[in-house]
Amino acid sequence: MRFDQRRAAQAALRMLSLAAGAAFGQGSAVDEIAKYRAALQDGNPAELWEARGEDLWKQKHGPKSASLEACDLGLGAGVVKGAYAQLPRYFADADRVMDLESRIVWCMGTLQGIGEADAKRGVFGSPDRKSDMEAYVAYVTSQSRGIKMNVPLDHPKEQEAYRIGEKIFYFRGGTHDFACATCHGEDGKRIRLQDLPNLTTKEGAQKAYTTWPAYRVSQGELRTFQWRLNDCFRQQRFPELIFASEASVALTTFLARNANGAPFDAPAIKR
Amino acid sequence: MPDPMKIRANVVGDSTEVKVLMSHEMETGQRKDAQGKTIPAWHIQNVTATWNGKTVLSAEWGPAVSKNPFLSFKFKGGAKGDKVQITWIDNRGEKRTDEAVIA
Repeated sequence: MRFDQRRAAQAALRMLSLAAGAAFGQGSAVDEIAKYRAALQDGNPAELWEARGEDLWKQKHGPKSASLEACDLGLGAGVVKGAYAQLPRYFADADRVMDLESRIVWCMGTLQGIGEADAKRGVFGSPDRKSDMEAYVAYVTSQSRGIKMNVPLDHPKEQEAYRIGEKIFYFRGGTHDFACATCHGEDGKRIRLQDLPNLTTKEGAQKAYTTWPAYRVSQGELRTFQWRLNDCFRQQRFPELIFASEASVALTTFLARNANGAPFDAPAIKR
Repeated sequence: MPDPMKIRANVVGDSTEVKVLMSHEMETGQRKDAQGKTIPAWHIQNVTATWNGKTVLSAEWGPAVSKNPFLSFKFKGGAKGDKVQITWIDNRGEKRTDEAVIA
């Protein structure tokens, strides 16, 4: 009898705490996360990646013992400032559309003589092994902070990439029959407490695209937009997105272009 | 050689505000790896800050401090152009010293 009473009391307590949780609602959790981000913004460890990336960028590597300083990121050889805000774009020398990562792989090949397979190895870092690619991306993106996104769509191949990217975004597949749009095609969707941006709206795409790369506090790592795409594919049980592949560049083109007009504001910090 | 620190120092009224970002794993010694073996503790133990050679902050740190720690503090005095030097030593005896000019 006593046991039953206690159980009933516990159940009542649980109900109460559930009700309290509901009363706080989603809004306050979102506000709290925003406050948390603001508190961390001041000492963003992403700066450590930016600094390491800048160092690496200027160091001589590879069989040709060259640095990446002469790399043409679309605004001319050696121009890093503002380059990320205009990527992906068509590059005549490679005759294809490239995003930042595939362009870095290209420069590592042409300038430093590093083979494509080597350049694409270990691109996502872990606590035991830091990724040079993420450091490069942190450095290059940091040089576009505050610059308005202005991804071109003039060349037919850029338009083609955009169209393919759009198709991928709405393509349903995998064991869960998910598309990117399943989670990112409506306002107010979330995973656990994290709000998911509606990438079909201009504001949603802008807010999402301009805040990657980001230092993920929960992982203690800097994560790039490329990583975000790969992890989304994993979460929707899609086959792994091949690094710097045509599909990957196309999807990036679609999302980056939709963010046009907003000032780029990363490397940021996220939970 | 550990990665460099990022140090910013600014005059605020009659004091100087220093913000330091350090690159360190700060392993607690409580975690286990995939094989179930304990990952040994590895963290910063001592932090000292000097202003023109005079110690303005001295701290003992333990495993409760986060990875890639951020330290912000103020001290009385300091003028533009003065130098602030930060040193940390970890429990493996590794050491890093960086310097910044007060702005």
